[in-house]
Parts: sequence; structure tokens; C-alpha cells
Amino acid sequence: MTAIDPAKAPDAERTGTTAKGRRGRRLLGSSPAYMTAVLLVLVLVFAFAAPDSFPTPVTLRNVLTDMAVLLVMAVGATFVLVAAGFDISIGSVLVFSGVCAAKVMETQGGDGAGTVVLGVVTALLAGAAWGAVNGLVISKLKVPALITTLGSMGAALGAALLISNGTDVRTVPKAMISVATDRPLGVSWLVWVAAIVALIGGFVLSQTRFGRHTQLIGSNEESARRAGVDVDRHTFWLYTANGTLAGLAGLLSLTRFATTTISGHTSDGLEVITGVVLGGTSLFGGVGTVIGTVIGMAIPTVLNNGFIQLNVQPFWQEVAIGIVLVVAVYLDQLKRRRRNQP
Amino acid sequence: MSVVLEARGVVKSFGHVDVLREVDFAARAGEVTALIGDNGAGKSTLIKILSGALQRDGGEVLIDGKPVQMGSPTRARELGIETVYQDLALAPELGPAENAFAGRELLRPGLAGRLGMLDKKTMRARAEEAFTSMGTDVKDLDAPVGALSGGQRQSVAICRAVMWARRVVIMDEPTAALGVRQTGKVIELVRRVASTGVAVVLITHNMPEVLEAADRVQVLRLGRMVADLEARTATVEQLVGAMTGALDVRTDTPGDHR
Ligand SMILES: Nc1ncnc2c1ncn2[C@@H]1O[C@H](COP(=O)(O)OP(=O)(O)OP(=O)(O)O)[C@@H](O)[C@H]1O
Ligand SMILES: [Mg+2]
Repeated sequence: MTAIDPAKAPDAERTGTTAKGRRGRRLLGSSPAYMTAVLLVLVLVFAFAAPDSFPTPVTLRNVLTDMAVLLVMAVGATFVLVAAGFDISIGSVLVFSGVCAAKVMETQGGDGAGTVVLGVVTALLAGAAWGAVNGLVISKLKVPALITTLGSMGAALGAALLISNGTDVRTVPKAMISVATDRPLGVSWLVWVAAIVALIGGFVLSQTRFGRHTQLIGSNEESARRAGVDVDRHTFWLYTANGTLAGLAGLLSLTRFATTTISGHTSDGLEVITGVVLGGTSLFGGVGTVIGTVIGMAIPTVLNNGFIQLNVQPFWQEVAIGIVLVVAVYLDQLKRRRRNQP
Repeated sequence: MSVVLEARGVVKSFGHVDVLREVDFAARAGEVTALIGDNGAGKSTLIKILSGALQRDGGEVLIDGKPVQMGSPTRARELGIETVYQDLALAPELGPAENAFAGRELLRPGLAGRLGMLDKKTMRARAEEAFTSMGTDVKDLDAPVGALSGGQRQSVAICRAVMWARRVVIMDEPTAALGVRQTGKVIELVRRVASTGVAVVLITHNMPEVLEAADRVQVLRLGRMVADLEARTATVEQLVGAMTGALDVRTDTPGDHR
């Protein structure tokens, strides 16, 4: 039967073995697999170039800590991109949530656990609120996600500056800062939080109905609608969750730097989207994995750390990532075009 | 065979364009009913009403002889009516099994299911079973649907509808974009679907295909049902005549010529 179809015949001969074989080949041909290879090559190159300093637990710890804050947001961004959405506002939402939390904790005063809990709740709520606004505007008012989140990127940062009067809040409770310096099992709490977020995100995206509906909406929104998925509601919750994760990231950033770092996150949104896309998530929706995102976020961080150790200007990292990003998306498109030709 | 889905005097207009003027239509269990007509005759409008995607302005829709309200596609699906749209409405990045269960995902039993965890294994097995029993040539259940051939994609969409249809499967031009060989396969599939006992409504512009696939042919012209013929005895000339109005077929036309 296979041989009759001329378009399929050569392919079937090569691959037409077992379903398992096909699945294995597809896995190896996937973007996360390529990017894992790229990451390994990078690590090897740096390990050879700086054998004394690079392949050490300290480097690993630095890379993980550097990644943690952005990774939390990248997990949310993976969902949004898989649903063919877009959210550029997360860097500003991070700052806004951090400022709100810091201000609330400042008014509350003291170093106690109560203050910290209040700060945590504030940051999460502030993030969720921005996310919910984004979600409502996108799903109900049908304003394109790019424009909506571009708007909230400006508005959230402006609001943060208004609340803080333009200066960083530095009164972060000691109890909170100690969280960043505590290192259970060798790595900071920040890393553990990011790891848990990534694990839960990966589970939800790949194993649950929520994840499946996210893929369905991103792949063909009309099809999802006709299949009875409440697309607007789902979209709303996606952006709300994404905002909440940005709020959590704001909290992590606050504990890490012990200040609100208002001006330090303008490019976070773009960095996150870059990493997520590097990890194989499609800008056109429907495809993406959290494990890919973890790898995609690790590549810029490893480059950065490696360049610093080699005394290369770390700015090269940005140049390199820019090139890798364009190449990765080009290859992704090429693959798609070839596939969609019947 | 018994009439499963029936329209009586269905009226629909958009603005002051009367698209359907008291249309009668019937689909019987285990039969393929072809719905034909020239472009703009109102075929798609009629099936949209029968699948809950559009609301009629007048007339009745009956299922198993009982009048029903079909407020939404979801309601139509609950009543056992599945539609294969012309654009298929498949998610190209997802696999055939994932598409077959889109919006109707099975969850694991117990706590895992309450956490929303998918039962991928069962869904895959059930989809595979459906694809095999329908004799489709969809072999790679893990390939994204976008990577399949046009005919395979059509098969996936039809199988998905058949898996869930208890009463009626409606197909809007399922062979329009296909080559000769794949068209043959889809027609075979359409016949097999009818043989499982559901009623099949088939819209197509291909007359030989109508005579090959259908048991009955109902012809729409300018928003009126102008002919209801047995496919066995009909000829292409007859069908074309009825469609264009060049020839008025009166055989078993149910009182349309006032
Ligand atoms: N939403 C709408 N608003 C206004 N007019 C419409 C709408 N939908 C359909 N029509 C009109 O109704 C008429 C019948 O359209 P319909 O799509 O039902 O025809 P059809 O028989 O399916 O034609 P085709 O063979 O081209 O698919 C056409 O004149 C069309 O322009
Ligand atoms: Mg039509």
C-alpha cells in the first residue's frame, strides 16, 4: 500500500519501520535536540578554553542563578507563544510587582515572616492583575497581543516609577534576602523556585488538558472554537498566569538584588522570547516545550559566563545570540515549509 | 430506512437576500444523501443551519421526527450530528489522534484525571482503532497533521466526525481539493461511514461522484429544493438540468412548484 503513493514511497522506505523508530527520529530532529547539541558544544568549547575556571561547580551555580529569574518568566512565555500569543510586557510587570511588594513591605516595616508573606502576596497579585488586564483586552476587546502588551509594558513601568517616585526601593527585609543567599543542596532558593515552576509548567503543557487546549488554540484557533474550547476564557487565563509568573520573577529579582532594579529589565521581555524561541517554541504557535525553553534560556547565560571568564567583552554574547536566533527561526521556517508541501 | 435528520420549510435570509425559501430536506440512516446545487444555491447555508452554526429564520428542524432547537454547534454535536467543514478545521501542528480528540480529551482515572492529566494512551489506541476500522491510509499516528497528504488529512477529519457522530455526518465538499486517487479513497470512506448506519450528507460539485457515492440526491436551486432523486436511476444530465433549471425534474419533487 505504501509503495503506491509516489510522494511517500522513498520516505516510507527510509523511515517506514516502527512507530517507535519514527518517534525517536522525530525527537532527534526536533529543535530542542539541536539546541541541546549547541549548548553541549558551547560548554565543551568553554571548558577547553578555560579548563581551570569554566568546568566547575561555581560556574554551574552562577549559570543557574543567572537563569533563574528569566526562566520563571520564560515558562509563562512558552505557554503564551504556544497559544500563538505574545507578551512583551513581562519585564515591566516584573518591575511593577517588585516595586509594589517592596513598598508594601516598607510600610509594614520589620524583618518578620509576616512582612515577607505580605510582600509575596502583593507581588503575585500585582503580576496577576496586569496579566488579567492583558488577557481581558486581548480576548474580549480583540486588540492584537503585540499592541496590548506593548501598551502595558509602558504603562506598568510608568506606574512603577510613579509608585516609587523614580528611585529604587532598597528596604528589602533581611529574611527575604537570606532566601537568595541560602543554598539548600548547593544552589540558591531562586534556582529551586525556577526549577519547580519549570517542572509544573512542563507537566501542565505536555500532560494536561489545559496544555493540549493551549496547543490547539495556537495551532488553529477556529478549530479549537469549533471543538468547543472556550478560547477567550483560556486566553484570559494564559495571560493572567503569565503575569503572575512575572510577579513571582519580580519577587525573585527583589531577593536577589535586594533592590527593585527599576531600570534593569527593559529588555527582559525580548530576552525571554529569544530564549523561548531558541528552545524550539514556534512564534506561529502550536509547538513548544518547557524543556526546550530551559535549554534556550541556558544558551545565552552560558555564553555570557563563558565570555566573562575568557575576558571576551560580554557584549559579544548579544551579537552571537542575535545571529543564532535568526538562524534558528530560519531553519524552523524551512522545516515547516518543506513539511507543508504535500 | 428511517429519516434521521429533516428540515421542513426552512427559511433563511441575509438582509433582504432570501437564501433559503422554505427548503425541505431529509437524510436517512445508513444512506448517503447528496446535496447538490449551483454556486450560491444555498447548500452551505442549509448545512450550517443543520449543524447549529447558523440559526434559521423560519421552518422546522427535526431529529428522529421530533422538532429540535439547535442553538450552537456544540448542541448539534450533543444531538449526534458531526460536520466536516470545507476547511477541515484541523490543527496542523497536532497529530491525527490529538485532532480526533480535540475538545473531547480523555482524562486519566482518579487523582491524575482530576489534575487534568490526559490519557494519551487510550486516546491514541481509540483513534488508531477508528482509523483502521475505517480503512484509512493514515499510518503515522505521531506525524503532525500538517505533514500528511491532502487525502490523509481529509481522512483524519472524516474519521474524527465519524468517531463522534451517533446520527449524522455532514461533509461540505470533502473531495474538492483532492486528486483522482485520493478522491476515490474518500468516496470509499464515505460509503463505509454510511454502512455503519449513520446518515451521511454529502455536498459536492462533482456529478459522477454524486452518482457513485450517493443513495439519494437532493437538488437546491435559488434557495428551493427542486428535486429529490434516487441516485441509482438518475443521470448526470438530469442532475445538471435540475441544478440549472434547464430541465424541470418532477419525479418525486415534494410540492415545490407552486
Ligand atoms: N453571511 C452571509 N451574509 C450575506 N449573504 C450570505 C452569507 N452567507 C451566504 N450568503 C449568500 O447566500 C447565498 C448562498 O450561499 P451558500 O454559501 O449557501 O451557497 P452554496 O450553495 O454553498 O455555494 P457554493 O457552491 O459556492 O459553496 C449566496 O448568494 C451568498 O452570497
Ligand atoms: Mg458552499
